[in-house]
Amino acid sequence: MAETFFSNLKCRECGALYPKKAIHVCEYDFGPLEADYDYDKIRAAISREKIQSRPQSMWRYRELLPIDGEPTVGLKVGFTPLVKADRLAKALGVSELYVKNDAVNYPTLSFKDRVVSVALSRARELGFKIVACASTGNLANSVAANAASAGLESYVLIPYDLERSKVLNSLVYGTKVVGIEGPYDQVNRLCSEIAGKYGWGFVNVNLRPYYAEGSKTMGFEIIEQLDWNIPAHTVIPMASGSLLTKITKSYQEAVKVGLVGESKFSIYGAQATGCNPISAAQKAGTDLIRPVPKPDTIAKSLAIGTPADGYYAVNVMKKTGGAAEDATDAEIIDAIKLLAETEGIFAETAGGVTLACAKKLIESGKIPRNERIVICITGNGLKTAEAIDGHLNEPSRIKPSLREFDALIAGGSSLAAKK
Amino acid sequence: MAIEVNIPTPLRGLTENKDVVTAEGATISELIDNLDKNYPGIKARIVDDAGNLRRFVNVYINGEDVRFLQDKETAVGANDEVSIVPAIAGG
Ligand SMILES: Cc1ncc(COP(=O)(O)O)c(C=O)c1O
Ligand SMILES: [Zn+2]
Repeated sequence: MAETFFSNLKCRECGALYPKKAIHVCEYDFGPLEADYDYDKIRAAISREKIQSRPQSMWRYRELLPIDGEPTVGLKVGFTPLVKADRLAKALGVSELYVKNDAVNYPTLSFKDRVVSVALSRARELGFKIVACASTGNLANSVAANAASAGLESYVLIPYDLERSKVLNSLVYGTKVVGIEGPYDQVNRLCSEIAGKYGWGFVNVNLRPYYAEGSKTMGFEIIEQLDWNIPAHTVIPMASGSLLTKITKSYQEAVKVGLVGESKFSIYGAQATGCNPISAAQKAGTDLIRPVPKPDTIAKSLAIGTPADGYYAVNVMKKTGGAAEDATDAEIIDAIKLLAETEGIFAETAGGVTLACAKKLIESGKIPRNERIVICITGNGLKTAEAIDGHLNEPSRIKPSLREFDALIAGGSSLAAKK
Repeated sequence: MAIEVNIPTPLRGLTENKDVVTAEGATISELIDNLDKNYPGIKARIVDDAGNLRRFVNVYINGEDVRFLQDKETAVGANDEVSIVPAIAGG
């Protein structure tokens, strides 16, 4: 059996230690529990060479993930491309830009496969037969697919009005999809009641301490793919704020266990203007998160009005000298097109948010133009295609005739159905 | 002046399993002190050592989070409905 480096769960507020069970809040002060490790032991056990010799998946950072044995779910997840985005860099007027492309993560085309692979591996260790989640779409897809391949029964609860593609991408795996008539926060509230009553393994409720750690692998990969360097500036989309917090933790841990030397880095968060509780707090200079009761944005995957990790996200941005931005629907669509046209990457609406916010942060001088920047693209455009429908040039339509084609190429605008 | 306070499940071990209790006070802060007289230990779960509301505990007056009012100094009256609600973790 694999050696474990994961020692306890620990309250982020008071530091109380808890056993490694399916629990997620401190009994005393209701603070969130987080995985705690024996870092000295990890430092002695891993090295760049050891990691590089392993299969190209997120599990090459196994020592820093919270399971006891070998992973059993999601063995092929992660190690997505880090693309040097020179054409996009030119468009934005910056010197060195990379896109971490989780739009092609395996198997369900979003970064959520990372968190689910940890949560379900841990769920199996804890003996769960039924797993579930509250989701804005991508998480549901990933729980459905990974549970199917692991032979676990699954339930996914989502706001009923998500994009049709996101719904189909859950249904196809035979999971039970429950659409809730209300925004995500009410889905989440219901799930915390169900988790208590039914005793299921909810990946982002009672298994959240395990789930959240999976996001760190996106950060470890960025470091390794930059030849073991922490990028100076990282732009990350925020829903609950967990991904942002955990990428930051990955940078800190890489230093702590001796994989990289210390270097200055700044973390930037991106939200949609129609649901911006974290970026609004950051801009106002407070860590008091004012909930957004009725999110209204095409970036439905990011539409969490009461973000669980908002407080920590704001503090991470402050401590690292970063900042937050938010983007309107029109800016999101423009950014989706810009990324596609310059880099050939079709991101979902959350990716549009990230790029649009990166652009604004660069234009306002908050991100300098001459330092290394990484933007995190976390989901695939095919799942939110309806958001850009009507915002692209329609295909030209002609008869199967060379003459018509010649006319089209020659600029026969009557044939080219332009928007 | 007795004010009704809704107690969440995780704190009912301290209130003899009652989901609604009464307490006295003109502000949230006084109300919490008074609660602690009748149900010792409850204050420490709601506020930290400096007396500030714990980050993952919300107190609502008539559905409004007191953090966006005058925090623990928010005034309360007999007809107000006060609820203590742990933040919903997860999501
Ligand atoms: C595509 C995508 N990106 C980013 C996020 C943000 O996740 P977090 O809740 O960790 O902030 C989500 C969450 O659902 C998502 O679906
Ligand atoms: Zn605690």
